[in-house]
Amino acid sequence: MIFGPLGRRILSRLGTSLVVAWGSVTAAFLALHALPGRIEDILAGDLDYPGLREAIAAEWGLGRSLPEQYLDFVARIASGDFGVSYVLRQPVAQIVGSQILPTVQLATTAGALALALAVLAATLTAGRGGAARSVASTIELTCASAPVFWIGILLLMAFSFSLRWFPVSGAGGWKALVLPSAALALPTAGLLAQVLREAMEKTLEQPFIVTVRARGLGEGLIRLRHVLRHAALPAVTLGGWLIGGLLGGAVITEKVFGRPGLGTVTLNAVLTHDVPVVLAVVLLAAFIHVAASTLLDIVYVVIDPRLKAQ
Amino acid sequence: MTDTLRPLAGFGGSEGPAVRLRAFSNLLPRARLTILAATAFIVALVIMAAAPHLFTHYDPLAGDMLAALKAPSADHLFGTDRLGRDVFARTLHGARYSLSIGLGSAAISVVFGVLLGLLAGLRSRLLDEAICRLFDVISSFPGVLLALLVVTFLGAGMENIAIAVGIAGVPKFGRVVRAQTRLVRDADYVTHAAIYGQSRFGIFARHLLPNVLTAVPVVATVYVGTTILAVSGLSFLGLGPQPPTPEWGVMLAESRDVLRVAWWPGVFPGAAITLTVISFTALGNALQRRFERRVP
Repeated sequence: MIFGPLGRRILSRLGTSLVVAWGSVTAAFLALHALPGRIEDILAGDLDYPGLREAIAAEWGLGRSLPEQYLDFVARIASGDFGVSYVLRQPVAQIVGSQILPTVQLATTAGALALALAVLAATLTAGRGGAARSVASTIELTCASAPVFWIGILLLMAFSFSLRWFPVSGAGGWKALVLPSAALALPTAGLLAQVLREAMEKTLEQPFIVTVRARGLGEGLIRLRHVLRHAALPAVTLGGWLIGGLLGGAVITEKVFGRPGLGTVTLNAVLTHDVPVVLAVVLLAAFIHVAASTLLDIVYVVIDPRLKAQ
Repeated sequence: MTDTLRPLAGFGGSEGPAVRLRAFSNLLPRARLTILAATAFIVALVIMAAAPHLFTHYDPLAGDMLAALKAPSADHLFGTDRLGRDVFARTLHGARYSLSIGLGSAAISVVFGVLLGLLAGLRSRLLDEAICRLFDVISSFPGVLLALLVVTFLGAGMENIAIAVGIAGVPKFGRVVRAQTRLVRDADYVTHAAIYGQSRFGIFARHLLPNVLTAVPVVATVYVGTTILAVSGLSFLGLGPQPPTPEWGVMLAESRDVLRVAWWPGVFPGAAITLTVISFTALGNALQRRFERRVP
């Protein structure tokens, strides 16, 4: 074998990713064709200006046979060409490209915040009975069960309208980023903290922890250096799902806080029936999800060297 | 043998909500109390959904401009919104929408998940492979975005967001059922039934199906909480029921304009969603712990 076990794992992951990518593009193509009505009408939505339908027909090659159209469609998407938005009359890649930054900012800040909160809550309360742990668990459950937009509304009421610490909407400067990322982070943090704590409590019962204690290591170091690493595995398993959740949640968060970004673009596209834009954003999100899962697979092996030997 | 267990490892991505609650049960050692409280709340919700007028004499749609944005009082328990509609009455009536759309989409996930899971677990390897890849494809779309895609094609509305959320949940049940089917298929009692000459259909109906399906209600209970959360998000975005429908997500979306002057329209519907989701997840989790103890 040329590749080691890790290499093979990544290769198989990449294989799956390709299948997923191809499958989603194909599903989109089939959905477009399975819908009642002509494709020109579906893509044009409520719009009607002279030459629009002819332009769509020419761009999508609607005059040709179905297999030809399909191959063309796959090739186009593979080269990153998502076509033109007939509502905004701009190439889709341009629209997405110009709006992606605020969303990425929001999602990464929220992701980092969620991770920090979860690690903090789990490390401080795992395996320790008593009030602090109960309170933490209750808060986590509430956060994990509350809708993102409601958390956003509550934060707005408390910190924008009453205390006036942060702006109500917009995307200017770090101050405008605080509340949206907090709203987006809290449900994820609640979920992650629950999983982390459960895993940490399992790890704390392991014999090697006794050994580490016998060596005289302090409780804090035990938790940070030994327990956390073991407990990270189930949390990493959740990772891909959580990243998807952050992307989806960003759409809702942007609406609550009136932030510009990909979510706002997507929502407008859905409401105006702008199929090429929605298609591009959804496929982009699926690719990000697949890429993140692949990356997490590598992280998995880094965290748990036993997997390398398998 | 170990091969049949492998599908469980592939759960990864979409397993989040099922894992989330196991930790909560540690919080209350008296699981009975959790089950009791959650069941009581859900029963109350069902009664609210079936007969909301028993608890309030206000019409959820009738506005009274003279009574607009009144703070909570004995007259209006949850206050009134900017059109003078009673927020308590609207929240009560909202139970109907959240429950029916949430249960409806969970039903879609269960039906298609069970069918595809059984097919994948029982039939040829090729079919199994194809169905598993289908699950991979569906679950690689973030839920909200998949729903947005469905709504773009089908249009906004209650049925359509139920379908959208339902599709997103198919892999969850499909994978559980597939793994369970493969376990049961290779179990000794199934082999014995075959040796005793029971027909294929007899084995399927009497042994396989009952043992495979025991896992479904437990997973479904936790999942209903997730669907209600997802549905409320889509309604908030304006893709589900339209105003003036007293749906919780819609009510919260409307409250955003008056937050500066009135907190109550923005608090109570959200609390209703959160409590509902907590109840379903807590109940499902408690059931799951029991279930895990029963089936080793």
